[in-house]
Amino acid sequence: MATEAHGTESSLAFHPMDQFRITPLFGDGDVHWYTVTNATLWMGLAVLGVVLLLVVGSRGRSIVPSKGQSLAELTYGFVYKMLEDVGGKDSVRYFPYVMTLFCFIAFSNILGLLPLSFTPTTHIAVTGVLALLVFVFVTVLGFVKNGAKFLELFWVKSAPLALRPVLAVIELISYFVRPVSHSIRLAGNMMAGHAVIKVFATFAAIKLIAPVSIAAITAMYGLELLVAFIQAYVFTILTCVYLKDALHPSH
Amino acid sequence: MATETHGATEAVAMPQLDFATFPNQIFWLLVTLVVIYFVLSKIALPRISSVLAERSGTIMNDISAAEELKLKAQDAENAYNKALAEAKAEAQRISGEANAAIQADLDVALAKADAEIAVKAAESEAMIAEIRDNAADSVKVVAKDTAKELVAAFGGKADAKTLTAAINARLKG
Repeated sequence: MATEAHGTESSLAFHPMDQFRITPLFGDGDVHWYTVTNATLWMGLAVLGVVLLLVVGSRGRSIVPSKGQSLAELTYGFVYKMLEDVGGKDSVRYFPYVMTLFCFIAFSNILGLLPLSFTPTTHIAVTGVLALLVFVFVTVLGFVKNGAKFLELFWVKSAPLALRPVLAVIELISYFVRPVSHSIRLAGNMMAGHAVIKVFATFAAIKLIAPVSIAAITAMYGLELLVAFIQAYVFTILTCVYLKDALHPSH
Repeated sequence: MATETHGATEAVAMPQLDFATFPNQIFWLLVTLVVIYFVLSKIALPRISSVLAERSGTIMNDISAAEELKLKAQDAENAYNKALAEAKAEAQRISGEANAAIQADLDVALAKADAEIAVKAAESEAMIAEIRDNAADSVKVVAKDTAKELVAAFGGKADAKTLTAAINARLKG
């Protein structure tokens, strides 16, 4: 992807951001809200991956699991245990929602590491919506479950009385910054890794540097594989933390 | 794939900040999330959780069955130990009875032997007494003869009655 059309002006053309372009899959033209784009394709592939792992993988339903079923159960147990440990017993009701987030992010991140692929989670539009969904869901849930008591989240009872209003302001700000940090952390991490790999790849055009460049790409690729998983994990565990805050707001 | 389409996105250095593509991404993201959510909550998650529950149920059953078998084995061991103890007691009893019987026989035999020995001893004693008496008589005879001879040798004529009386008196003293 992102072959440079401007290759004439110098021997090296850096277009590390071209890989993030949203383009229509069929034909040219403007990107309308309904247009099937490369983002659509890779989101669809993520859905396919989820289906392959969790539906096709678990179709044996055997007591002694096959390899695919083990993997499906491992993923299930990993997210379930995370939610139960962090969010508490009563948060497991929201397990399908948390699992959806984890699966989507993990699969987008990891599929995005395939050469020539597109990574939906590098876009702030995607991660922003994900984070906002969590933020709105958690806030509504907090008020529905606890009523006005949810505001105790901002009223730190363990602090001296004089400090509490100051802390309340800080807590309030940090609460509203949550979706921002939540989304930018994911998009930033994914985008940076892909861009760095692309820059190294551009350097590989110079014969002298090519071995170093290729070694660097390999190393970065390993690191990115780790980051892809860790960012999915971080996003999910933060969701669990926010859920816990909504269910048990008092400090 | 992405070479020729410099339509709306060309002007922006960071495609992430090209707001024209936002509705598209958000729309498809929501579609994706809804699809994943339904696939997970309707098919995958219930299936996996039922498999996990079934497995833990099977393991529990197996463990309780093992526990039951262990109890049975313990019972069997107890029964065996009890039978062993009973057999031992029985053996002890039988050997005790045998001992008692032997002892009784022995006692009877001993008593009989004692009685026989006593009879024999009495007989022997009687015999010894007889022999002793005989010996005493013999001594008397020898003493009388010797005394007679001695008296004769000294030239006297011994009166037999006096001699006998004297010897008897001497032997008694």
